Amino acid sequence: MDDIGIGSLVIVCLIAIFIGAVTAVQFSYQLGGQLIPRYYIGYIVRDMTIIELAPTFTCLVLAGKVGSNIASEIGGMRQKEHIDAMEIMGVNTAAFLILPRLIAAMVVIPMLVCIAAFVSIGGAYLASVPTGLFSAAEFIKGLRYTFEPYNVTMMLIKAFVFAFILTTVACYQGYYVQRGSIELGKASTNAVVFGDVLILIADYLIAVVLTS
Amino acid sequence: MIRADGIYKSFDENEVLKDINMVFEPGKTNLIIGRSGAGKTVLLKLLVGLFQPTDGKVWYDDIDFFSLDKKQMREIRMQVGMLFQGSALFDSMTVEENIRFPLDMFTNNTVAEKKKRVNDCLARVDLDGTNNQYPSEISGGMQKRVGIARAIVLNPKYLFCDEPNSGLDPKTSILIDQLISSITEEYNITTVINTHDMNSVMEIGEKIALLHMGKLVWIGNKEEVMENDNEFLQAFVFASPFLQRLREEATGSK
Repeated sequence: MDDIGIGSLVIVCLIAIFIGAVTAVQFSYQLGGQLIPRYYIGYIVRDMTIIELAPTFTCLVLAGKVGSNIASEIGGMRQKEHIDAMEIMGVNTAAFLILPRLIAAMVVIPMLVCIAAFVSIGGAYLASVPTGLFSAAEFIKGLRYTFEPYNVTMMLIKAFVFAFILTTVACYQGYYVQRGSIELGKASTNAVVFGDVLILIADYLIAVVLTS
Repeated sequence: MIRADGIYKSFDENEVLKDINMVFEPGKTNLIIGRSGAGKTVLLKLLVGLFQPTDGKVWYDDIDFFSLDKKQMREIRMQVGMLFQGSALFDSMTVEENIRFPLDMFTNNTVAEKKKRVNDCLARVDLDGTNNQYPSEISGGMQKRVGIARAIVLNPKYLFCDEPNSGLDPKTSILIDQLISSITEEYNITTVINTHDMNSVMEIGEKIALLHMGKLVWIGNKEEVMENDNEFLQAFVFASPFLQRLREEATGSK
């Protein structure tokens, strides 16, 4: 839980700040000079962050950081015969090695996504208000405008599903790794690539199901 | 007692073990010897259930091991200790935690009882006082001894050793051999050792099986090694000219 959560906090926050900042600056540029009220930018940043950017970006990044780490760790144990040693002792290795990681990820990753959402909105504020793109009052009005709590539910559902995907894919790749360091490297890469692709597919499916 | 009964094992088209029939006797060091690629490790891993045989049975006393369900198999495995070629100690755990691991998993002993059992096992392998060291901080020979201590911590009925001497100097190899042999005798364990170390064969080979290209081609003991004229045995045991000369001197034959 410490590795997945606290260990990933800095990178998640860093990415969240810039995503929020870029979203605000970009939409401010796109909507500038049109008849749309400026506070709409705060509203767009909030909903984009909550519905899509916070869960998806965070989990794509975590598939790289945590997924590759899990695959290498379990794969290394397989190659060094640690898993065989546990099997011979009578330990249920799948339960012993995979379940705690899965539970930790399912608990911690939704928390990280929530933090990312807050930080991202903070990033948008820092990038737009002090630089004069629009006022603090406009931004806050936008954040409060037609807030839909269901979007937060959607964000959390995405976070749980993505956490499940990135952890199970990584554990599978590590658990069934073949001999040799090249195979271990491949398993680590596959954990990230397959994890990312499955997260993007799941993102689309969840969006279709939950908004229909 | 462990009995291999008509064991065949193939990986895809490659037949690695062919019709292996052998009894591994309790209280004895049973050695499986053979050249690299002969199928020794596959046989050992098959005996402990890490591989399924393509055909044949493995009997633990009167129990057909591969007919058991997972739970029953786990109960048998709790009576098995194994020393791996690379020791397979958990890097992130100290020596004490490594040895205590099976106790934590399968016993309800108190912390004090576990500590005492770990210290007893460490004393048995002559490693008193290394409790708090990590595997990376001790030598290969010490790692093997920790591996043995972990293997015997639950008082197993069966002990498997995969190349216990690989990567060790001759003196340490002899110590490890003597340790395995004395533990086997002391606890009346069925010990199966997979090796190609000739010192081990001649020192502790109470029952020796020679594998050649996946087939069992000779079974005997260390006394019979010198006298037997099985061509595979001679080609394997006396592969080096030095040993060939020693044999000629010992038996007076050319």
